[in-house]
Amino acid sequence: MSKARQNEHYVAPYDTGVSFDELPDAAPSTRYKPSWTGWIGIVVVSFWVFIAIFGPWLAPIGENELPFPDDYSEFQLPRPGAWLGTDESDRDVLSRLLYGAGRTIGISFMATVLAYFIGVILGIGAAISTPRVDMIVSRINDAFLSLPTIMLGLVVVAAVGSSIPVLIITAGVIYATVVFRLARALGQEIMVMDFVEAARVRGEGRWWIITREIWPNAAMPLLTDFGLRLIYVILFISSLSFLGLGVQPPQADWGSMVRENLGALSYGASVIPVVAPALAIATLTVAINLIVDDLSAHSGGKLSKRL
Amino acid sequence: MTSLILKRLGIGLVTVLAVSLIIFFGTKILPGDAAQIRLGQSATPENVAAFRARLGLDKPYIVQYLVWLKNFMMGDLGTSLASDVPISDLIADRYKNTVFVSALTAAIGVPISLALGIMAAMYPGTLYDRVLTLVSVSLVAAPEFFTATLLVLLFVFVLGIGNAIVVGSTEGKGLFELIAHFALPITTLCFVIASQLIRMSRAAVLNVMSSPYIEMAILKGVPRRRIIFRHALLNAIGPIVNVVALNLAYLVTGVIVVEVYFGYNGLATLIVQGVQTRDYVLIQGLGMIFCLTYVILMLIADIAAFASNARLRHPK
Repeated sequence: MSKARQNEHYVAPYDTGVSFDELPDAAPSTRYKPSWTGWIGIVVVSFWVFIAIFGPWLAPIGENELPFPDDYSEFQLPRPGAWLGTDESDRDVLSRLLYGAGRTIGISFMATVLAYFIGVILGIGAAISTPRVDMIVSRINDAFLSLPTIMLGLVVVAAVGSSIPVLIITAGVIYATVVFRLARALGQEIMVMDFVEAARVRGEGRWWIITREIWPNAAMPLLTDFGLRLIYVILFISSLSFLGLGVQPPQADWGSMVRENLGALSYGASVIPVVAPALAIATLTVAINLIVDDLSAHSGGKLSKRL
Repeated sequence: MTSLILKRLGIGLVTVLAVSLIIFFGTKILPGDAAQIRLGQSATPENVAAFRARLGLDKPYIVQYLVWLKNFMMGDLGTSLASDVPISDLIADRYKNTVFVSALTAAIGVPISLALGIMAAMYPGTLYDRVLTLVSVSLVAAPEFFTATLLVLLFVFVLGIGNAIVVGSTEGKGLFELIAHFALPITTLCFVIASQLIRMSRAAVLNVMSSPYIEMAILKGVPRRRIIFRHALLNAIGPIVNVVALNLAYLVTGVIVVEVYFGYNGLATLIVQGVQTRDYVLIQGLGMIFCLTYVILMLIADIAAFASNARLRHPK
């Protein structure tokens, strides 16, 4: 554990888990050559992004249509017409998986972008404002960071009910607190570095300094952190949906699919309705994690380590 | 050192107050009037007003908050809106399951993961280390219900042991019967914390191993085993306690998901029910309990980090 990390107590759930400490340092670079684990990650993530975008067109039938409307067909094994079998309400698991991909990935991605939007603006703002403002904003931020994210989510959903915009905003605001800390630290760290000062003394313009001096140093830590944040947001949204408090039925979503079909494990003919969505989430998050690990090992390790 | 700990305790107290504010006012924006919900649509306006006065809902928010906070600290969590039963009675029926599963996860999962992590740090770069790192990197990003599904497939479907849901009463069962009863939830949570603990304890020991006095010991020719157990491990205890407390705090989320997955009654399923029925008194009380547990574990993590630093412990 680095000294900086010991003194900073306010770490959000799961965050210290993916530690950069053990990774070797490398010079900052925007060029990225993936290792074989990185390639596996890229292939799997690309596959799911493709499904998320084109899923509804690839799906054999609609997410709430019944493949075999005439017979009682709960938790059936795969057969022609329903290649992954049917779920607890006799619907086609494959079609729901394809429809759900866009929802799970889309909501998480938009929430992460929102988190970055809020976090970066406030973080950089705090870094360049007066110490008093900086302290007040940071303390409020710490209070939110010291709560388990799932409890914050539960309180919000209890208060305003669950819908897709509410989910995006809730997850975005909750994870903005973590981005805030990163952006603030990055802002403070890079602004005072010698090469930035040298460029300023050299008479370079603000745009040059931002694009040529600051960006190459901030890009990799921000990109790897974006990947990590995306993982946590996917897990957060899926957990909420799994608890029945996220995406609401009859809309399909990977987390709620696991919940709906839990009965398959006890009395179903086929366990695919539970295994398929759980496996989908796990392959997606693990693949993103492989890319993140690979990225931070090969570029800008030092800066991310200090944060 | 003492002043640092006192300062940290002070910050912890402020955090708890902030948490209580967030939970109280977060649930206050709930649409609908508590008295109206409790009495139903047919209640007369006079009845509702009288009931509001009895619940103290006619007072300003700040007074309501202070009364609520005082009652919480005295152990009075109020009465459930949905079922008209004191919250403490609802909790009394269920807290044992949650506490038992969490405690056993800690008792079983923590020592095993620490041993694995320290072993990996003892022999860095070996096949054992690399396989363990790859597995923990993969598991750390997977959701709790995926791990649970894998375990159910393995134990229930392949090996044919146990049930996919936890059924039956826990009344009058001995320790080992209880462990068997909750075997799958406990194993799932052990995996969830293990993936984090292995990585973090490995990093903590490796960090100590790269310090100059360890290099000195190596140059002196001290055997590897002795370096680890006499020199490195003692100094890694602080960071390791820190890591353990942090991971137990993460268990809060894991416990919620696992209770719903295996379908047994516990505090977590109670709060999920509270959210579904919009029972804000229940959410406030249980939310505070969960957040307090979390904040206290974070506090322990921090103090362990301070206490492990010899320079802070013995200031010049």
